[in-house]
Amino acid sequence: MSAEADREAGGAEDASGPVTTLATPIALDFEFTPGVAQSRFLRGLARGKFLGQRCPTCGKVYVPSRGSCPTDGVPTTEDVELGNSGTVTTYCVVNVPFAGQSIEIPYICAQILLDGSNLSFMGLIQEIPTDQIRMGMRVEAVWVEPDELSPSLASVKYFRPNGEPDAEYETYKEYL
Amino acid sequence: MPESEVLHAQHHLEYPYSRSVGPVIGAFLTGLRDGRILGARGAGDAVIVPPTEYDPVTGEDTGELVEVGPGGVIETWAWVSRPLRKHPRQTPFAWALIRLDGADTAMLHVLDVPGPDDVSSGDRVVPRFRPAGERVGSLSDIEAFVPEADGAGPGGAR
Repeated sequence: MSAEADREAGGAEDASGPVTTLATPIALDFEFTPGVAQSRFLRGLARGKFLGQRCPTCGKVYVPSRGSCPTDGVPTTEDVELGNSGTVTTYCVVNVPFAGQSIEIPYICAQILLDGSNLSFMGLIQEIPTDQIRMGMRVEAVWVEPDELSPSLASVKYFRPNGEPDAEYETYKEYL
Repeated sequence: MPESEVLHAQHHLEYPYSRSVGPVIGAFLTGLRDGRILGARGAGDAVIVPPTEYDPVTGEDTGELVEVGPGGVIETWAWVSRPLRKHPRQTPFAWALIRLDGADTAMLHVLDVPGPDDVSSGDRVVPRFRPAGERVGSLSDIEAFVPEADGAGPGGAR
């Protein structure tokens, strides 16, 4: 925020009473690089695909991959393309508004374990009433239109129930 | 971009914080909005500007608020030849520690002079306040200090 905008933000209170508050916005501009492994994941998203990597030692598939296995400490070299479906391992229904919120509340934020992967990631669940979400629910990714795909998780609009029977707890209990 | 290259992206992170200023800084900022500069009387009758709630040496509560300046003396300064985006002005200026008349401490503010050859420690300066309607209760209600010799006159350019 510019110094001029700081001044404007400071003028919110009664212009004649005592000054009781001071606007102190902070801002940071930075360049982020996700590194080689996550760049591959992000480029996959731009093609409408989830790309992961498998650990050559333990065989676990990480999506997104950070380029190494946190358990074995070895580089993950084998690329794995995952499907579009997964399982809700755990979730949160967001009812509390906060500054900068971009989704209408209430909404469901869930950890999703893609089929064939060994790492869950956070996703938005839609097309279901918030009181019907449950652990083990089978979901599928809904992507943006092909011309809107980009190397960003914004390429995934949300996940929705895919109609399959719930997964057994035993199949995802390690991923909570 | 080749597939082998890593991605990168520009990010902008911002939080719209505001903070409550308390009775002393609040009075100081209210004074600035009114075109006056206030200090606080501390231990040994020293006048602290900008005012603090506690004496920095003894830790005792400071006493009455007193008006200082508007003129003062440059104690020391540093020339900013390439201002950054967050600086209060985008043309070269000096940061100056200015001890206002009646004050025993120096206050940091912007000095508006053409170049580093136009400023010396010991120079007398006066504040150039923004017009009354533009003042919001902020240190930037003083746009800058300028050399007293430039004719802002007693009372500064209010």
